[in-house]
Amino acid sequence: MREKATTLYIGPQHPGITGNMMVKVKVEGDTIVKATTEVGYLHRAFEKLQEKRNWLQSFTLMCRFCVPESDPMEESYSRAVEAIEGREVPERAKYIRVMVLELARLASFMLWYGGQNGSLGLYTMGQWSVGDRNYILDLFEELTGGRVYHMYIWPGGVRRDLPKGFEQKVLKTLDYIEKRLNDYDDLMFDNAIFKKRTQGVGIVDKRKAIEHGVVGAVLRGCGIKSDIRIDDPYEVYDKLDFEVPTAEGGDIWARALVRRQEARQSIRIIRQVIADMPGGSFYNKIPNPQKWTIPKGDAYVRTESVRGEIGMYIASDGGTMPRRVHLRGAAYVHGITLLEDVLVGENLADISAIMNSLGTCPPEIER
Amino acid sequence: MSFFDLKGTLKPLTALKQFGKKPHTIEFAEKSLEAADRYRGFHYNELEDCIGCGNCSIICQNAAIDMIHIEGIEGKNGDSGLRPRVDHGRCCWCALCVEVCPTGSLSLTKDYQYVSDDPDSFLWIPGVDNPEGKNNLSFTTTQENSLNNFNRIPMPELDGMERVKSFAEAVLGYNEEMAREEASRCISCGLCTEVCPDHMHIPEYINAIATGNDKDAIRIIYDNNPLPEMCGKVCTRRCEDVCAIAVRGESVAIRWLKRYATETAATSDITYEIVNPEIKEANGYKVGIVGAGPSGLTAAYYLALRGFDVTIYEANAKAGGMTMYGIPKYRFPLESLDKQVEYIEKIGVKIKYSTKVGKDISFDKIYKDSDAVFMGVGFPKAWTLGIDGEDAKGSMQAVNYLHEINAGEKVEIGDKVAVIGGGNVAIDAARVSARMGADVTILYRRRVEDMPADWEEIEGAEDEGINIVPQAIPIKVLADKKGQVTGIEYLMAEMVPDERGGRPKPVAIEGSNKVLEITALMGAIGQQGDYSFLEGEYEEKIKVERGRFVVNENQQTTDPKVFAGGDAVNRTADAISAIADGFRACKAIDEMLVKK
Repeated sequence: MREKATTLYIGPQHPGITGNMMVKVKVEGDTIVKATTEVGYLHRAFEKLQEKRNWLQSFTLMCRFCVPESDPMEESYSRAVEAIEGREVPERAKYIRVMVLELARLASFMLWYGGQNGSLGLYTMGQWSVGDRNYILDLFEELTGGRVYHMYIWPGGVRRDLPKGFEQKVLKTLDYIEKRLNDYDDLMFDNAIFKKRTQGVGIVDKRKAIEHGVVGAVLRGCGIKSDIRIDDPYEVYDKLDFEVPTAEGGDIWARALVRRQEARQSIRIIRQVIADMPGGSFYNKIPNPQKWTIPKGDAYVRTESVRGEIGMYIASDGGTMPRRVHLRGAAYVHGITLLEDVLVGENLADISAIMNSLGTCPPEIER
Repeated sequence: MSFFDLKGTLKPLTALKQFGKKPHTIEFAEKSLEAADRYRGFHYNELEDCIGCGNCSIICQNAAIDMIHIEGIEGKNGDSGLRPRVDHGRCCWCALCVEVCPTGSLSLTKDYQYVSDDPDSFLWIPGVDNPEGKNNLSFTTTQENSLNNFNRIPMPELDGMERVKSFAEAVLGYNEEMAREEASRCISCGLCTEVCPDHMHIPEYINAIATGNDKDAIRIIYDNNPLPEMCGKVCTRRCEDVCAIAVRGESVAIRWLKRYATETAATSDITYEIVNPEIKEANGYKVGIVGAGPSGLTAAYYLALRGFDVTIYEANAKAGGMTMYGIPKYRFPLESLDKQVEYIEKIGVKIKYSTKVGKDISFDKIYKDSDAVFMGVGFPKAWTLGIDGEDAKGSMQAVNYLHEINAGEKVEIGDKVAVIGGGNVAIDAARVSARMGADVTILYRRRVEDMPADWEEIEGAEDEGINIVPQAIPIKVLADKKGQVTGIEYLMAEMVPDERGGRPKPVAIEGSNKVLEITALMGAIGQQGDYSFLEGEYEEKIKVERGRFVVNENQQTTDPKVFAGGDAVNRTADAISAIADGFRACKAIDEMLVKK
């Protein structure tokens, strides 16, 4: 006998939701028959605000688009501005940028470890990984002066040079994190509960992935090898040796396997970057910010964030402020159209795990 | 997967090996984290170094910084007297305020904890409310990583030895690219406007140049200065002394930027076209102006724009006053001046040349024919040195020498010239003499750094091989039997600190006598007024005190119908003050006659 359908409202304030958004689900028993996402709780109009701020002031807003992804946003903004203006970036700055981007990836993965397990009620993992993440934030604090919002990668290079002995500290931290990743495996990938709750859950098959324009670990989790760092390399990624892990199945488990490998690849990249770090200048200084104009034109750049490819479109009318800044983030698709599609047929208890796995980031969706 | 996953059940239990390990968190309250050396915590402002330029407030994209008056800090030249107050509830800790602070006074500290139940207490005046922050600075800027551009675009000029060969203009001027780049260094704080006697709209016209709108720049400049090309070349530019960028670097080249803007209008016709002045319908009032110097021309220009019938009476054959007859042509070429005077005449100002008031026309007639009179008569008479033998042949006044050379006359100076003095007139006379082929020595009572002349002029003179002898006090002019100058005897001086805190005084050293062989001597120790044209009742009605007309804040003399400006009124004795006087007088005359 069919059970009577009920509508439930998950969020906007809910510990299982990765930010402030709502998923309206129609359930029969505990099986979801229809899911509708409702966003709008986190809209801060950054893109509009940027039209009223000069090119330098705008840069400080970028990191706020998505909390655990501050650096890829700054990177995209900077690269787009540099592309329109034709501003050269010193080689050293490019290496530092890659180091920062990969450290940010690593820090973001640590947060995901916590979130993904927390959504399944496995809280020890989060206590470990979020605690270990702090060692990376310590590095950020020393390098940039900020722990979460770094405001470090700006047009022309980076804001400050590496402090003395910083590379050694990074290597030391990486050694520690690498060791800890194995501990995480014991707790997560070898855990029967984790396997049972994730295998065959939240499946995104290849067809669906392509239909929705899915990117990043979600795309790689269904066996498609795609990574902007390889496909359209920026900064110095073309000089680095690293792999793009993929997995088959398209379920939460497959995506977790991809991320597990990616964290290790990030460590590999950072070690190479530190070994090859050239000397010289770290910054091609911009003119006085008040009078800094960018020639008329536009640019679209692609960056591989932790959630996948993000696209940044910036247009300049030749003035001191951007005419338009637009971000196409990974979460926009993953958190709205894909989520609504994937949730159908899933168990009510898995909503949070699926959202985490898809990399849903409401602040990035709404900007 | 089997129903019971043994490995999957046991593996997570390995977490137990962490049991008993020391936690990697610290217990707050007992211990607190030490922030990193670059940490972006709360603000601290070094109040003494801060000049209140407000650049922090401008860059703050959260509008978290406002500039406020603080008790005990008064504004002065180069300091607005305001200090930043930061709303730490709005601040996003981007530290751009630190990056753009031209003085480096603003920093962020390692302090990151603040607890209060009073929401208003998050509004801090850095440096006032947290003096202890000084010992805890973290995020700071140096000259290298500051976002200000501290280096001025060098001005191209003729080589020193090349330029003494002729009266060709020594400074070549910025090209477009240089001007744009130099203009882009300005942070629009307006400290310059405050100190400019004429309060020119400096940030505005520099911004116009920076954004490629040279015509706008010219229009802005003509708002309150009808002789901008003259100012662009020879202004004493007090604005540059107070430039915020100059605190840690080289000031924005305000004068050269004005020069660039005005030079883009090559003729008076082009200037007219660009400025497109709005000339009001004639209002029927007549104004007579004595002297076509900077103050007279300024008053005339703005009065004519306001519909007055203006006539200037000029004793010399050309207008410009000291800028025509005092400033050498390698600094301020004749064409530049002619262009500006032509433009002023074009808008309807009548200039009666070679008409000396008191000789060719009486002051009384001008007074009675006009509804208001403006006197910009300047300081035409030089002070004499007051030493023995000064009336010898070949001993002359630098200002007279410059006048004659600028009028195209020949003056015999021989091949060895001594100039006494340290102001711009002394340097001008020396550099002109060098161009006439003489070996030139400047004798100055005080040290080189005490010279009132423009530093660029002093450097220019040195480049041209002029010998400057500081701390030299002339005591006697030596002459041969025919009465021709042969030498100057002087004493060396030592600098004695002034007890009242003034600048050190030169005191002659007994027995340090030296003699310099010369063929000509020029005195350049200052000028004074000549008010002999004021006869009869006017001599009484128009009061003169210590050599200058007595005027009120509207440039009005003790005769309400008569206004005065320029050197004969103000002590600064520079063209820009004269222009300011003329502009003020114009407004006052308009107020008095038209607006009432």
